Amino acid sequence: MNNRNRRLNLVLAVAVAAAILLPWYRIERGFYSFSWLGDFPQTDATAPGILQLFLHGRWWLLAVFAALAGAFAARFVTEPMRRGRLLAWAGGIGIFLLALQGLAIGATGWTWTISETLFGQLANGQPSMGAGAVVTAFAFILIFSFGLAEQGVMRGDAFVVSIIALLIFLVAIFVFYPIGSMFVGAFQDFDGSVNFDGFTRSITDPSIWSLDCVIGGQRCGVAWRTFFLAIMTAAGSTALGLAFALVATRTRFPFKKGLRLLTVLPIITPPFVIGLALTLLFGRAGVVTQGLSSLFGVEPSRWLYGLTGIWIAQVLSFTPISFLVLIGVVEGVSPSMEEASQTLRANRWRTFWRVSLPLMKPGIANAFLIGFIESMADFGNPLVLGGSHGVLSTEIFFAVVGSQNDPARAAVLAMILLCFTLSAFLVQRLWLAGKNFATVTGKGDSGQHISLPRPLSVAVHMVVIPWMIFTLVVYGMIIFGGFVKTWGLDNTLTLTHYAKAFSVTIRDGSIAWTGVAWNSFWTTMEIALISAPLTAIVGLATAYVIVRQKFVGRNLFEFALMMSFAIPGTVIGISYIMAFNLPPLEMTGTALILIACFVFRNMPVGVRGGVAAMSQLDKSLDEASITLRANSFRTITKVILPLLRPAITAALVYSFVRAITSISAVIFLVSAEYNMATSYIVGLVENGEYGVAIAYSSMLIVVMVVVILAFQLLVGERRLRRENRVAGLAKPEVPAFSQEKTA
Amino acid sequence: MNPSSGSVVFQNVRKTFGAFTAIHDLTLTVDPGTLVTLLGPSGCGKTTTLRMLAGLEHPTAGRIIIGGKDVTMLPANERDVSMVFQSYALFPHMNSLENVAYGLQSSGMNKKEARQKAEHGLELVGLAGLGNRLPAELSGGQQQRVAVARALVLEPQVLLLDEPLSNLDARLRRRVRTEIRDLQQRLQFTAVYVTHDQDEALAVSDKIVVMKDGEIAQEGSPRDLYEAPASSFIADFIGEANVLPCEIIDVSGAQATVSIEGLQHVVPARGARAGRGKLAVRPSAITLEPADDAAFAGRISHAAYLGDHIEYEAETSGGTLFVVDPMVDRPLSPGTRVSIGLKTRGIALILD
Ligand SMILES: Nc1ncnc2c1ncn2[C@@H]1O[C@H](COP(=O)(O)OP(=O)(O)O)[C@@H](O)[C@H]1O
Ligand SMILES: [Mg+2]
Repeated sequence: MNNRNRRLNLVLAVAVAAAILLPWYRIERGFYSFSWLGDFPQTDATAPGILQLFLHGRWWLLAVFAALAGAFAARFVTEPMRRGRLLAWAGGIGIFLLALQGLAIGATGWTWTISETLFGQLANGQPSMGAGAVVTAFAFILIFSFGLAEQGVMRGDAFVVSIIALLIFLVAIFVFYPIGSMFVGAFQDFDGSVNFDGFTRSITDPSIWSLDCVIGGQRCGVAWRTFFLAIMTAAGSTALGLAFALVATRTRFPFKKGLRLLTVLPIITPPFVIGLALTLLFGRAGVVTQGLSSLFGVEPSRWLYGLTGIWIAQVLSFTPISFLVLIGVVEGVSPSMEEASQTLRANRWRTFWRVSLPLMKPGIANAFLIGFIESMADFGNPLVLGGSHGVLSTEIFFAVVGSQNDPARAAVLAMILLCFTLSAFLVQRLWLAGKNFATVTGKGDSGQHISLPRPLSVAVHMVVIPWMIFTLVVYGMIIFGGFVKTWGLDNTLTLTHYAKAFSVTIRDGSIAWTGVAWNSFWTTMEIALISAPLTAIVGLATAYVIVRQKFVGRNLFEFALMMSFAIPGTVIGISYIMAFNLPPLEMTGTALILIACFVFRNMPVGVRGGVAAMSQLDKSLDEASITLRANSFRTITKVILPLLRPAITAALVYSFVRAITSISAVIFLVSAEYNMATSYIVGLVENGEYGVAIAYSSMLIVVMVVVILAFQLLVGERRLRRENRVAGLAKPEVPAFSQEKTA
Repeated sequence: MNPSSGSVVFQNVRKTFGAFTAIHDLTLTVDPGTLVTLLGPSGCGKTTTLRMLAGLEHPTAGRIIIGGKDVTMLPANERDVSMVFQSYALFPHMNSLENVAYGLQSSGMNKKEARQKAEHGLELVGLAGLGNRLPAELSGGQQQRVAVARALVLEPQVLLLDEPLSNLDARLRRRVRTEIRDLQQRLQFTAVYVTHDQDEALAVSDKIVVMKDGEIAQEGSPRDLYEAPASSFIADFIGEANVLPCEIIDVSGAQATVSIEGLQHVVPARGARAGRGKLAVRPSAITLEPADDAAFAGRISHAAYLGDHIEYEAETSGGTLFVVDPMVDRPLSPGTRVSIGLKTRGIALILD
């Protein structure tokens, strides 16, 4: 009881402090500027909640504080079950009312016409929630959780209940609330009134749905173009990935190690870099174009800018991912099956076509779907290569930032894109689930994979070798391009691009970062470094809850989380702007929105890694710790986390790297103050400053390689000296995550 | 008696997992300072019972009382019990001393004191000086002892052991079970011990609770269970038995006269009345004599020489009998016709 009172006292004290000591509403110049301290607590803008209620006519806050008072009263109830019930209700109602008043009352009064007709006009509205309101919200969540725990939920473990409640709360705010706002946004006018015109106009827009090209017209609608491109990219990358996987496992190809290295590439390559390198090769001023023109007089054309170019770039980008998926599949076909087939008088052809390939089919379908989702979500390559022939993700972007400025259209396009990717995700999840018979049994299947039939072997080599060379040339371009003066015109080597981007001068004994890239570079590093540990924490906490705790709706919770993976970055970006630009929560233009975006976009990877690692830890270790008087918190910090170290590192590295390379969501969320490297590079490309852009990109790649290597070295050292029960915990390699990558 | 040891009471405890009922209405008392064994076939609910006592599962209905205090809703880490896990569950990243000190530090003891006490704990189980070894660097038996020490240093009201010997080889098992019993007798703590091995249960317990399908089949001292099994399940589970139908001819006082296949015998009545009944006959309570003609006759169908005794199977008109015969100097070969007799001890009337 003592312990229960202590934690409740603490939370109640925090809630009271939030209500009387912190400005309730958002401070325009930023909370951390502490400029509000001067005016606190008198003015309308800085007053704490309690004064807002009494002095500034925000009478609706009374409902919120009443719920808080309810929690106070419950604190003194002695009968434990009743006390628990009362606390849970107080916390639950509190958070509900807080959200409701925030949504219902905006800057100028009622947001909804229905409440206006019911209660009449409001004298004044309210700004977005600030420190006071946010802290109070968290206090309500904790009070709610403590209440449930005291009623015996989760075997009375308040820590676990709180974690689950907080996770659900955060995911609701940062994943589902934005998506919901975007849906609502599709039906709203600029002034916020409900209006189906915009929606109807956009959804029936021929530029989206037209099927002209089929009947011989000029162009199909953007939705069909995107769909068609995704199918082609998925087919291309799956076929190539399969060829690579076959070469790596079933031939005597000499450079297998090098092939495996390929899988690291997509993680460290910012998504538009491939497109950029292709421009340098095949663009109008590209080496190949110019070479052909001077040698054979082939007229330089703009063929690269359009679906063909995007397709090539995407196949280059996603083949490694598909290779990574398929190599597991191809290796997973048990050699004894193939040997059995051969002892049954089947020759190598028959064995391959009738046994090996059918066993790989589900895996191939999986790789196809991943390629499809990746292509749909890809933003960087279409932005660089699309020109006027955009795909959905770029159209969304231009609908908000360009001259169109039509949020309703952007929302509709985003909804269409989301429908495509979610359908693919659902197919992958539901239809393919359990269909993979090519699984490694762990029984130490002896025997060898049969080598490919000779003609097939020749064929895959003929595909793989040129493609490998092509990939090498493209990446060579990325390194080399930064050192060339003016691409295609003046091919003299120079360091000026690097100097322009990264110059440093010593002035008056202090370092001045004079290069143009430094600003965005340091911002990127800062935000990546902040969001990486947060991502790891949220991801691993979620993994802990999913693996170790049973609660109602756990499967739904896991499914919803994994589904957020299939939400393309562009959709996230647009939904964040729509959700966090106006009260009750305003975050656009801050570092916070970038961090939130990274944490909730990259978290599922941490979850995957954490789930995999944690499933290998015997559950009795946790239970032993609990019966040894440790609470869940101590169990996690002293037992689980130390044993999960490799998974933690992997999650850290991955989220750090992803925060550096991603562009699709970021480009919507950056501001003058917080500009990220990738969006800065895209800006350079748009200005035609290819040299600096390429120099900056290769610098990023180098930084990431260094980071990954450094982390690998750190993890290399393990504390468990001899083989034992956790030694089976395979070190999750960083590349393993790339199959989840979505641009 | 150890001042910290407490009693355990289960009152009408029920536990369901979804639609499946693992424990039906369990009522049980464990006296302070005694070692009680939960014995039963795999899946009968022993572990579930123990986990409810530890607080790792909460009962669906009923109450659990430890040392006079109702702990039904108390989380595991606030209960005054500790547990030795079947897999030991030693923390692989901590050495044995840290493992043993873990619980002490969790309960708020400072580091130095906890280490001292942990060293004492290791000494108690004969592992002095091995404190800085990781679990992976200890043998199975040593790991098991670290697990016991880790649980014991907390001086819990009740020590719980879930099949603590199942990961040890047969020889070690016998030694460690004696050690555990010695320790329990010496320190006089209350222990609830789960096993599926009846020898183990007979060897260590003050009281045995035999469970079957989530219910208590019978409880009592080892001798009670062996000599007066309540059902043919108990008779067969504790020390094997041939269950034979019989006729109860006469009951006078505490004695009953029964007839099996024409053979008359006097056994404790246990409140039975005249009529049809069943008799549990231990394999060693049967004698075999070669004879071509007898009241209770049989034919040897299998014989196995096991050093200090011979095991026989004999076909009789009442079914197949399993017999353990200490007379290794007079082997009977399969096919031999025998006359079957009964000794005075090792035969009990069954009441179900
Ligand atoms: N967490 C659980 N969920 C569902 N069924 C369970 C769970 N734990 C145990 N059971 C079931 O309860 C029954 C008793 O299990 P247990 O107590 O582990 O048996 P044992 O006597 O072998 O230790 C078994 O049928 C088991 O399948
Ligand atoms: Mg068990």
